[in-house]
Amino acid sequence: MKLFTYERADSAQAAATDAAAAGAKFIAGGTNLLDLMKLQVETPTKLVDISRLPLDKIEERDDGGLTIGALVPNSDLAADARVIERYEVLSRALLAGASGQLRNKASTGGNLLQRTRCYYFYDTATACNKREPGSGCSAIGGFNRILAVLGTSEHCIATHPSDMAVAMRALDATIVTQKADGDRRRIAIGDFYRLPGDTPHIENVLEAGELITGVELPAPVEAARHLYRKVRDRASYAFALVSVAGVVAMDGDTVKSASLAFGGLGPMPWRNPAVEAAIVGKPVTTASFEAAADALLADARGYGSNDFKIPLARRTLIASLRELTGTN
Amino acid sequence: MDAAAVPSGLADPGTDRGGGLLGRPIDRVDGLSKVTGGAPYAFERAPKGAAVAAIVGAPVGAGRVVAIDVAAAAALPGVLAVIVDDPRMPAGQASSGALPQQGTDRIFHYGQPVAIVVAESQQVANEAAALVRVEVTPATGRFDPRGEPVIDEPRIGFLPPVEMGDVDAAMADAAVTVDATYTTPVHFPAALEPHATTAWWDGDRLTLRSSNQVIGAARKTVARALGIEAERVRVLAPYVGGGFGGKTGVGAEAILAAIAAERVGRPVKVALPRRQVAYMTHHRSDTVQRIRLGTDTDGRLRAIAHESVVAQNDQGRFLEPVPFGTLPLYAGEARRFTTGLVRVDLPETGAVRAPGEAVGTFAVECGMDELAERLGINPLELRRINEPPVDPTTGKRFSTRRMIDCYDEGARRFGWPERVPDPGSVREGEWLIGIGMAAALRGNFTVEAQARVVLDEGGRARVECDMTDIGTGTYTILAQVAGEMLGLGLDRVDVVIGDTDLPPTAGSGGSFGANSSASAVVLACEDIRAELARRMNAAPEELAFENGCVRAGGRETPLADLVRGEPIVGRGHTKPGKETEATSQASHGAQFCEVAVNAVTGEVRVRRMLGVFDIGRVLNAKTARSQAIGGMAWGLAYALHEDGVVDVRDGRFVNPDFAEYHVATNADVPQLEAWFVEQVDASANPAGAKGVGELGISGAGAAVVNAIYNATGVRVRDMPVTLDKLLPGLPAV
Repeated sequence: MKLFTYERADSAQAAATDAAAAGAKFIAGGTNLLDLMKLQVETPTKLVDISRLPLDKIEERDDGGLTIGALVPNSDLAADARVIERYEVLSRALLAGASGQLRNKASTGGNLLQRTRCYYFYDTATACNKREPGSGCSAIGGFNRILAVLGTSEHCIATHPSDMAVAMRALDATIVTQKADGDRRRIAIGDFYRLPGDTPHIENVLEAGELITGVELPAPVEAARHLYRKVRDRASYAFALVSVAGVVAMDGDTVKSASLAFGGLGPMPWRNPAVEAAIVGKPVTTASFEAAADALLADARGYGSNDFKIPLARRTLIASLRELTGTN
Repeated sequence: MDAAAVPSGLADPGTDRGGGLLGRPIDRVDGLSKVTGGAPYAFERAPKGAAVAAIVGAPVGAGRVVAIDVAAAAALPGVLAVIVDDPRMPAGQASSGALPQQGTDRIFHYGQPVAIVVAESQQVANEAAALVRVEVTPATGRFDPRGEPVIDEPRIGFLPPVEMGDVDAAMADAAVTVDATYTTPVHFPAALEPHATTAWWDGDRLTLRSSNQVIGAARKTVARALGIEAERVRVLAPYVGGGFGGKTGVGAEAILAAIAAERVGRPVKVALPRRQVAYMTHHRSDTVQRIRLGTDTDGRLRAIAHESVVAQNDQGRFLEPVPFGTLPLYAGEARRFTTGLVRVDLPETGAVRAPGEAVGTFAVECGMDELAERLGINPLELRRINEPPVDPTTGKRFSTRRMIDCYDEGARRFGWPERVPDPGSVREGEWLIGIGMAAALRGNFTVEAQARVVLDEGGRARVECDMTDIGTGTYTILAQVAGEMLGLGLDRVDVVIGDTDLPPTAGSGGSFGANSSASAVVLACEDIRAELARRMNAAPEELAFENGCVRAGGRETPLADLVRGEPIVGRGHTKPGKETEATSQASHGAQFCEVAVNAVTGEVRVRRMLGVFDIGRVLNAKTARSQAIGGMAWGLAYALHEDGVVDVRDGRFVNPDFAEYHVATNADVPQLEAWFVEQVDASANPAGAKGVGELGISGAGAAVVNAIYNATGVRVRDMPVTLDKLLPGLPAV
């Protein structure tokens, strides 16, 4: 771990201003950042501690949705009665991640910003464009079992590891921020993350010092089934090989609405409108489910040891749709 | 040891267990201090003024170091020294009595120590280590064991090739055969406490407080590595946070800490970060194993061959003895067992829990399952048919062998007869259900060990030897043995171990620790009993010990009264004897497992495991059970999770941490049952106990894999059985 300065912010605005400096990072739960600092994967020169800011509430919104403070711990969010009742997919996704101890520390805002678990990102002696831009990608041509098959580029095939963010993508969450210049903005989660392209080290649209203060969930879809299915290599404490977050409402045997997001497949919580279009307004059939899987995986590309994710995603999506539509 | 030498002081289990200490499920005597943080490990309670070191590893897998720029590191405030020039720096772990390659010029494997940074704090040491610039001339390395030529008869390891009869001819003649190749990957020992050592010099005398399983041997190895006499080295290991074989030999950090302490003239402590443990200590070799089995139509084996290939670097002397457990396992006239070698430029391969059996049982026990299916014989019945009356390889009689009892007891307790033989035919919703079994066998070793027991005038006994407790329960069982022999409660027995100034043992390894050190303690107590008998004017066999008193001929005297000022010192010395030579000795067991495999995703969830084990005398039913179920859980993890991946492009490990080197989590491990069929093994040693620490892992993983086959009809021969290997064989969704 390298030496760094530490400041404790007393307001979101002050935090954003403090953290606008080059080399600064926010710290809340620290469940990801501290590990990376110990390995010198992250080497901030300044930490701005936001953990004491009053951003730890879950509040009702007038439109029937919720605003989740950026510092709400994953455990509390998963256990919130309103979340369980209206956004079951989110509670399930949270509980599918990490361990009880980590969920007690991990924050909502921090979870959205988790860094990839790519093996080579963690090994500072290897080339990694995300860690050291321009150095190359060791995962391409290397061992890439847990890495992405969608949205990759020749520069990076990392996955985003979060479960929570996948559920939030399915729920059309909006991320609320405080900028260093005093402005606040609301960013749809679909616009929040960036594909790696040739700048895989830039993972989202946040500006220097811009602080996530909360996440808004729109009013829940009525009479919908929720599902979070996480496929992983062991029963606990493993990142998703493939995960499916789904919210589906039926009108008889016809799919009335569907919202589907995927983890473990891409560099961001993945969502593709064509997947939903393949089933919405249509009667439930194996053919429509297969069409949804075709749409999801049309551009999928394996890199060797992660090739299996493509058939795995297909099978998992079809089984998930059966469950979501009550046809299993 | 001769049967007649079994001491009278140990009751025969099954006849007289009432007031005795031995065998009872007694809680660990060191448990409270461990869970409350009171038990000091190697990195704790360092002498005053201790500095901390970080190690810099070689940045390539093969080549030469051209230059090392330490200027930036040395300039960092708080840095005491950056050592790059000491020719005694080890490349990795010293194992099997051999020194690691030493020196700082040639790079033998990736991550090899090339610089030691000593600083006032760990943080400064780590930061400085990252500033050390190592300039190298890389060379082409051999990083892919599967791409290197096989040396058929390596002159290392302890297991010579075995060739009896003509396997090829017997296979050609056999009515039913299996010829299959199985593989297992690199396994890390993965002890929770990383390798750590605190070193300090007192004049020309060196003391190491080290996380080490076998400190007597470590002392000699450290002395040789440093070029000093062993008498000048003392090694302490009062508590070890797991070893699993990985702390046999001497980890690089111990010698590096000694070098650093010498250079800065202060105590120095080193704890390897998790990722460096993989490079500076040893791991279990990956294996390729060909199994050939040939039978008559009645299932009687005519041919059995277990041919393996394992990896080692140019320096290592250890050779994973893959077929070791297969040698005495099944009958069959034509027999062939080999261990071939490929040389690689990777960190050393070494002993990890149950060297040989832990991975060898995957091949032979899955092979038996495949054979049973081809024969149409129940897998358990096939094993029963091939149970040998004497060791089929050496012709020696078995000391004790309760394998059939393990099969029968296990089958009854598990509900084996309810197994549905047709694979893939039991389904509960999305889950395919299957059960499987495997035999477990681990060779038994009793090794030379000494112990001293001091009975003081207060009537307390103190047991002393250089044995270690690596989480196995040594403190507790040695206290039980002495308490049983001398009629003392545990509150009147102290156990002092983990110090090379004490009588030597072979430490913890090969499942010989408990039985060997316990035997030495038994003999030391016999020595005390003989002296007490003299003082009582009685024959030793007349004495009875209970509640701190000794009775003879109607007289009862407190032990304290017999001591008379000077403590009575008993000495015990056990070593392999005539019976060891004359018999074939092993611990045995039968493993059973039920799995559920998700028909959509291929995820495997083990529902239950049950093992029945023959380990001779049970010294402590609780710690023995913990050993057994710990091994079973590890076998499960070998079957499903553990996979050390080498990046064959450059010789790095891809996943040398607990995030991506998956061990089983609590959620993966279901109800585990371990039962013992207890029988004192009088031929094994004075304690009558056989090894237990490595038995539980043997066969456990094979039972899981066989259950997966029964559930799905998919036979995976490359461990671990991850879901991607099952997917192609699962039903359409």
